[in-house]
Amino acid sequence: MLSLLIALIPALPLLGFLILGLGFNHIPKKVTSVMGPGTVLLSFIGSVIIFFHLLSVTPSRIVTNLFDWISFSGFSVSFSFLIDPLSVLMLLTITGVGFLIHLYSVGYMKDDPGYNRFFAYMNLFVFFMLLLVMGAGYVIMFIGWEGVGLCSYLLIGFWFKNQEFNNAAKKAFIMNRIGDLGFLLGIFLLFTTFGSLNYPDIFSLAKGMHPGTGVMTAITLLLFTGAVGKSAQIPLFTWLPDAMAGPTPVSALIHAATMVTAGVYMVARSNILFVLAPATLTIVAVTGLATALFAASIAIYQNDIKKILAYSTISQLGYMFLALGMGAFTGAMFHLTTHAFFKALLFLGAGSVIHAMGGEQDIRKMGGLGGSLRKTRWIFLMGTLAIAGIPPFSGFFSKDEILSAVFIHNIPLWILAGIGAMMTAFYMFRLYFLTFSGKFRGTEKQKQQLHESPSIMIIPLVVLAVLSIAGGMINFPGFTGGSEWLQSFLGPVFADSMPFLKAPVYALDHYTEWLLAGISIVYVGIMILVAYFRFLKNEPEMREVILQKSFLPGLLAHKYYIDELYDRIFVRPLSGLSKGLYEIVEKKIIDKIVNGTGILVIRTGNTIRYLQTGHVGFYVFMMVAGIIAILLFNLVI
Amino acid sequence: MQIIPIGYYLLFCTVLFCIGVMGVLIKRNALLILMSVELMINSINLLLAAFSTYLNDPAGQIFVFFIMVVAAAEVAIGLAIIVVIYRTTHSIDIDILNKLKW
Repeated sequence: MLSLLIALIPALPLLGFLILGLGFNHIPKKVTSVMGPGTVLLSFIGSVIIFFHLLSVTPSRIVTNLFDWISFSGFSVSFSFLIDPLSVLMLLTITGVGFLIHLYSVGYMKDDPGYNRFFAYMNLFVFFMLLLVMGAGYVIMFIGWEGVGLCSYLLIGFWFKNQEFNNAAKKAFIMNRIGDLGFLLGIFLLFTTFGSLNYPDIFSLAKGMHPGTGVMTAITLLLFTGAVGKSAQIPLFTWLPDAMAGPTPVSALIHAATMVTAGVYMVARSNILFVLAPATLTIVAVTGLATALFAASIAIYQNDIKKILAYSTISQLGYMFLALGMGAFTGAMFHLTTHAFFKALLFLGAGSVIHAMGGEQDIRKMGGLGGSLRKTRWIFLMGTLAIAGIPPFSGFFSKDEILSAVFIHNIPLWILAGIGAMMTAFYMFRLYFLTFSGKFRGTEKQKQQLHESPSIMIIPLVVLAVLSIAGGMINFPGFTGGSEWLQSFLGPVFADSMPFLKAPVYALDHYTEWLLAGISIVYVGIMILVAYFRFLKNEPEMREVILQKSFLPGLLAHKYYIDELYDRIFVRPLSGLSKGLYEIVEKKIIDKIVNGTGILVIRTGNTIRYLQTGHVGFYVFMMVAGIIAILLFNLVI
Repeated sequence: MQIIPIGYYLLFCTVLFCIGVMGVLIKRNALLILMSVELMINSINLLLAAFSTYLNDPAGQIFVFFIMVVAAAEVAIGLAIIVVIYRTTHSIDIDILNKLKW
């Protein structure tokens, strides 16, 4: 009974995909509008039931073996699901946020000719994402991992008539492949080391190993390469801003709330492997912090509303990896969850703005939207406050937990992470002020058509806003008198890793914690004021234009020229090589051989055909001459 | 009974065959060419019959009958073609029948 329920959670979205995908345009829109979000809602209900069941059992871990998938001598992969606190947390996030975004899409995609296709892809995505987090082994995870990559590709290129969008989709797919290669190699190495790919087998063997061995470092580095690709970290992050070409709900679901956090989930799931390789943990932390700062600085000078949010996502993912690198796995998962709430909210709010502006995404052409889009404005403000880290919004607690974990390990890193948090507050309020406050800077036509979104789009936003405000409750820190519920809930998953970590993670006294929280509130508050004076009190447009001419802002506005750099280093040499091969090998050698054969036949035929004179006497003579020649030949031999 | 030696047959048939070949090569009249071809066939028939007797194997002579029947049918077709050619070109000279070329 229970295993049936567990199997149904991913099966329902798959069923939705099959019906919507195979039915294509024959299913009426009303049915799609019910079925698309409906399957995900049912999965969510199932997840909630599983969650409460899990609370009541000890140990909190359920493994369901559906069937033996691959089985031959010495190797077997069973198609089994692992339900433990970590996967349940992900299940609730994916299906819960996923359902809200599906619901929002009913309104947002209403007039799109590809309505059914959209929901089919979205359901398929949810299926693969659930597979990724529920699988009880690296093979199942890999299926989901590749599946979500495919859905991401399909949905970024959803409006496939635009070649730029197609290029963005290809870019995302190819950059993910680079990471996936590392992930796959990591899985192979895991198999040769442990002889199995199921989590229980691997983790129980890993428990008894010595930390710091070369093979462990290699495995974790390869796995982390996969995470770098999927979660858009340096150096494989450039696909995510381009992925904003997809419809906004896609950006919210795939490129903010769920898929890009798969890398974080994978590292958290493999926590025991990572703590056995301290060198890798350091690399994870440094990569995370570098990405957090790098992306946050780029976000300051972007003008596309979705691109700012995309860089913000990259930056927040960097914080999660920073937490993972510090061994604060709960902190990373906590931030993952709250980030899913407020980033989905921000993206959907941005979608609402874009909807009202008739497709305009440039914040320099917005301004003063708070008057016409009153609900969206307040909802967006909730999300902005949450991501900036103002108490009591959820982002404050999760970010604070990460920052204090960093503080314990390394104070210079803590200062850098704080600078990142300041930049976050600054660019988010820049976005907020430029969009919703001040004077309207768009065209007259846009001004007349400004409208609030329909309630089917507002309701999910309200729910997400409530979650963004209250999401911090799941892990109120101890110093505020909270219960740290998530900490104890996820505890069993990370219990085996704790002895390997050098410093105890939560060992600050309450006085220091209050102090750290106070410091972060102060600098976030200052940055909000700076943004206020810069973009609201003064003429924003002029400032923007002047600033971008000087060196540093120009560098940031051009995203450090990373895309151009990759273009020079990888894309151009490769396409040059292809062009060279085409011009020389293909055209000059292969084509010459193929065409040469044809030309040879034609020329020979042209020459020989004159032998056919039409004179019967000549033929007969040749025939007799031939016979005599054969006879003579035989005589001689 | 005095038997003609096989060597004579061989020589005679070779001469007959060569006459046939020369006829085919030299003559321009389609009818005469057809007759020369008949001569070649019959020289081979004669040789078959001679060897059949020489080797005491009747199969050769049976073959000769078959060949004569088939040759008769084939000559009928050949003659029919010549008649048709004559009707269209008013000539059976093979030198003017040189349209089928290149």
